[in-house]
Amino acid sequence: MSVAGPSDAQPLVFVHGFGCDHHMWRYVAPTFQSDHRVVTFDLVGAGGSDPAAWNPARYVSLEAYAEDILTVIHELELNDVVLVGHSVSAMSSLLATIAEPARFAALVLIGPSPRYIDDEGYRGGFSPSDIDDLLASLDSNYLGWSATMAPIIMGNPERPALGAELTETFCRMNPAVARQFARVTFLTDCREALSAVTVPTLVVQCREDVIAPEAVGQYVTDAVPGARMTLLDAVGHCPQLSAPEATAAAIREFLDSNLVTSTFR
Amino acid sequence: VTQAGTHSDRARAAFLDALVHDDPVGLYESAPCGFLTTTPDGVIVKSNATFRTWVQRSTDELVGETTLADLLTVGSRIYYSTHVGPGLLMSDRVQEVALDLVRADGTNLSVLINASLARSDDGHPRAVRIAVFDATERRSYERELLAAKQRAEASELEAQELARTLQQTLIPPVPPTVPGLDLAAAYRPAGRGTEVGGDFYDVFRVGPDDWVITLGDVCGKGYEAALVTTLVRHTVRALCVGQDTPSEVLAALDQVLQQHPTDRFCTALLLRLVKNGPQWLITMSLAGHPQPVLLRPGGTAELVGTPGSVLGVVEDPTFADVQVRLACGDVLLLYTDGVTEGRQGKDFYGEQHMLATVNDAPRRPAGLIQALLNDVQDYQSGTLRDDIALLAFGPPT
Repeated sequence: MSVAGPSDAQPLVFVHGFGCDHHMWRYVAPTFQSDHRVVTFDLVGAGGSDPAAWNPARYVSLEAYAEDILTVIHELELNDVVLVGHSVSAMSSLLATIAEPARFAALVLIGPSPRYIDDEGYRGGFSPSDIDDLLASLDSNYLGWSATMAPIIMGNPERPALGAELTETFCRMNPAVARQFARVTFLTDCREALSAVTVPTLVVQCREDVIAPEAVGQYVTDAVPGARMTLLDAVGHCPQLSAPEATAAAIREFLDSNLVTSTFR
Repeated sequence: VTQAGTHSDRARAAFLDALVHDDPVGLYESAPCGFLTTTPDGVIVKSNATFRTWVQRSTDELVGETTLADLLTVGSRIYYSTHVGPGLLMSDRVQEVALDLVRADGTNLSVLINASLARSDDGHPRAVRIAVFDATERRSYERELLAAKQRAEASELEAQELARTLQQTLIPPVPPTVPGLDLAAAYRPAGRGTEVGGDFYDVFRVGPDDWVITLGDVCGKGYEAALVTTLVRHTVRALCVGQDTPSEVLAALDQVLQQHPTDRFCTALLLRLVKNGPQWLITMSLAGHPQPVLLRPGGTAELVGTPGSVLGVVEDPTFADVQVRLACGDVLLLYTDGVTEGRQGKDFYGEQHMLATVNDAPRRPAGLIQALLNDVQDYQSGTLRDDIALLAFGPPT
């Protein structure tokens, strides 16, 4: 976990999604440090989290991840929190605000999807058999994990310090953990929860995203009461990496709008 | 012409040949791997002939609109979007990523890719260059390896489960209730408890107010030790039916082990308990086993019993019977050497440490065992180096 910025400023908590760890926020989070208390952390099972904290019986649904987010917020005694969740953690974040709305000033969902699998009258973009295909893909890429701990992502020779740091943790996951997280992610269905959100919500959506297409982002925006959407001219599932300036600007604009109240101003 | 001269001439000829035929464009197009250049968004802007042949598509079909993600199976596409794309943007480079391409005819091609991200002078991503390697054979081999690894892991789990089950059959988890006697026992396996140990105990009745208690330690661990442990327990039960003294039973047990093909030896205690009013008369015999500890109210702990031979290895073994009377408040403690040989670095827990702990402990069987167990575990920082079996009993107060 990393905490930066003035301790008396409004907290901005970033939650990474499936696939990587808190390094995902390295281009976006620092831009808020001058006037916000910026918190990033690794979910249990990801990045540099304590392997002993992983409990396969516990992490069977997004509720467990939502509880963990609340635990972080309680531990740091944060109030008036702006919670920023990416990918599957957009939904864990959303569940966290529903569980304890009083703690939160606003919610930012980056590339959210309440359900990845198609359903009657709903298009999430994937079929149930696609999950098996993903699990096979994970198996192929985590093949040498237990033997050598070799990360897929190699360091950049020109930036050895950065490389070493990333090599250490980035995208590294115990294959068993990765499989279960993939399952929980892609079997999740949070559509019912969307209408229960009570905090001001921003959906940040990429123009083209194979994981969470624009139509899904629109579905979330329509279902969450009072939510609005910022469409980024970006491609991919990780605008905080592919379009960090635009992503930060979208969050900044939302924070500065009169939608987000803060006792810190 | 020397040998070196021949090599040098051949090399020169090959070099000239390469100069003529391996022009950069020709080398790029027909290289023994696929080449792709994409925008940072993944749109393919350039490909070589090798790649086009592999995916069965023309330049027109690939360049301009198609992304690498479009050419992937769904699983690979999700992996690419959630792992590879972000990885590239964060460390400018990914290596040996396993993906599955979908050819125009619908069949899959397993590949490994290396990719690097080129940035413009202002640091913004400009292009992604990807080298693609056909990994069909390697991937099918890896799948076999993975399946074998999963089978091995499953077998290991099964073996551990078997060890636990076996362990449970060897150690009675709760000793039987003996009328007129307070009795408590504990067993703790060494380490993570995944391997069957050789410590055992048994409590059984041979007549009205007439009981046998045995506790012992077969050397070693694993299935062979477990087998001998089972043999010893059942032999003791069978031999005790003959109503012999403990030393005679141990001598007979020694004969059985001597004749058994195993080379494992065993230490044991055998006690015959006969109730006499509120008291118990104990006849005990030792076979290479640490002496039991006798605790009398108000007294300090003392070791009792005459040491005897280890079972199964000595040519002329000797076993002696010793009688002890247990009155109200007395407690007799039996233990295996996992207690005294508990280690802390180079130091052993030892007999004196044990006696000191026992002297300070509650003088009833259950409390005594718990106190000793806690102390031995704490001494070894919670991880036991050897199994521990403890049994304590005495007439109720």
